[in-house]
Amino acid sequence: MKPLLEVDGVTLRYKIPGSVITATEQVSFTVNEGDRFVLLGPSGCGKSTLLKAVGGYLKPSEGRISIKDRTVTEPGPDRMMVFQEFDQLLPWKTVLDNVTFPLMNAHGLSASEARAKAEAAIDKVHLTRAMHSYPHTLSGGMKQRVAIARGMAMEPDILLMDEPFAALDALTRRTCQDELLRLWEETRFTVLFVTHSIAEAIKIGNRILLLSPHPGRVKAEIIDVDKVSATDGSAGRLEKQIHELLFTETDQAEAH
Amino acid sequence: MSDPHSVAPARIIMRDNHAPLIHPLEEKLGLMTRLWDDGFVRKAVILIALAAIWEAYGRILNNPLLFPTFSETMQAVVERIEDGTLPARAWASIKVLLMGYGVGVVMAGSLTILAINTRLGSDFLETMTGMFSPLPAIALLPLALIWFGLGNGSLVFILVHSVLWPVALNTHSGFRSVSQTLRMVGRNYGLKGFSYIFKILIPAAFPSILTGLKIGWAFAWRTLVAAELVFGVSSGKGGLGWFIFENRNLLEIPNVFAGLLTVIVIGLVVENLIFRTIERKTVLKWGLQS
Repeated sequence: MKPLLEVDGVTLRYKIPGSVITATEQVSFTVNEGDRFVLLGPSGCGKSTLLKAVGGYLKPSEGRISIKDRTVTEPGPDRMMVFQEFDQLLPWKTVLDNVTFPLMNAHGLSASEARAKAEAAIDKVHLTRAMHSYPHTLSGGMKQRVAIARGMAMEPDILLMDEPFAALDALTRRTCQDELLRLWEETRFTVLFVTHSIAEAIKIGNRILLLSPHPGRVKAEIIDVDKVSATDGSAGRLEKQIHELLFTETDQAEAH
Repeated sequence: MSDPHSVAPARIIMRDNHAPLIHPLEEKLGLMTRLWDDGFVRKAVILIALAAIWEAYGRILNNPLLFPTFSETMQAVVERIEDGTLPARAWASIKVLLMGYGVGVVMAGSLTILAINTRLGSDFLETMTGMFSPLPAIALLPLALIWFGLGNGSLVFILVHSVLWPVALNTHSGFRSVSQTLRMVGRNYGLKGFSYIFKILIPAAFPSILTGLKIGWAFAWRTLVAAELVFGVSSGKGGLGWFIFENRNLLEIPNVFAGLLTVIVIGLVVENLIFRTIERKTVLKWGLQS
């Protein structure tokens, strides 16, 4: 099967006043259709930068990113983003209008088609009763669920999620993770998920790409993550293994 | 140790929380307290008190030529409205004002759109606003009179000057403070150019834009009345400022007061009714301002 997303030897560098920082160096990976692919690593490993490059906000200085054989050159609605920040909903639109807006603008649907699609998506994240509310009246978890509904309603090739649950409280985060998995069971969309939490990566992903920091480089790829289970302790063991993998590297680096 | 409960690591001890409440959950406040909590009511009381003081002072002074009482002023207002002078003068002022305001806002919009798209445009806008916003528009009136002559041309020119800079400055800073996330969301939708500006940037920056429009209005209204005091010679065609000036020359002091009162009332209506309504229907409803 041909992969959906190909990231091939991508080096990302960005300018800050006075110097150029290398965020990632020669990172390669592929995502297949229906994957829940997680980019995992400590802060400074360039995982968010990498996701933004897939989103088309950054041009690789080396390498190529392509989705369904189209080279990514700019942001577009075939790669819907879900951000960590709660202000990603347009505050001047109701929940419903927030979801219909990209459907009408980017996909050119008529108002009634967009409305039907949006209502179905909002219903899937259980926010039907908040449909006509403005974002500022919603809780953080509800806002993130609207953002997910907005992304899913667009039926993108891939859903890009940049630590979407990191700013939530622990209880809400768990509910949101469960909900995301349930939605995936229903529609089997492809998702590229960035997190710095090992437990979240194991819970969400079926494949994990482990990145090491300064600059971000691929350290390992973990497959069949969905085979481990929290009940028999295998998830806990994997978490411990990943933890060791991530932190032996840092210790060596510090020893130098 | 046969009791299995004794080995439990944690226990739940239930408490009775069904007793009748001592304090009611929600208590209605009295009518007077609720009225006094309304800012509008409190301000109305202040206005009535001021009118009473004015009336009393006017009567003690008993010099209608210098300081008419509140009732004499109100009488003049009613008479001038009945004979149509005040509405005509007010309309003359507002017409010029709307012209200047409209041109100023459109120019400010174009300048700001230029500024957010190019670095040079941004530098240009910053330099121009830095230079011209400290300059009171009325100071340009002598020059405007030479360039455009006595008439509406000169008024519109200084009105544009008084509106353009504050609106451009606020719109520009509003655009720049739109969050990175919202910008990325807009581009994610594939919005570009004008549709990006009109569908993302303008609504997101609306609180600042509205502040700019309010400041621009306030500047323009004050500038206009001041400018009209200087001329308006095409008799009978002048605005409120000229009405005040004319009546002072005729020593019709109650009319002067009536003119001043009209200036205040129009200012209040626009600032507190029109702009307040726009605020309620936009930035307040969206939670962008509280």
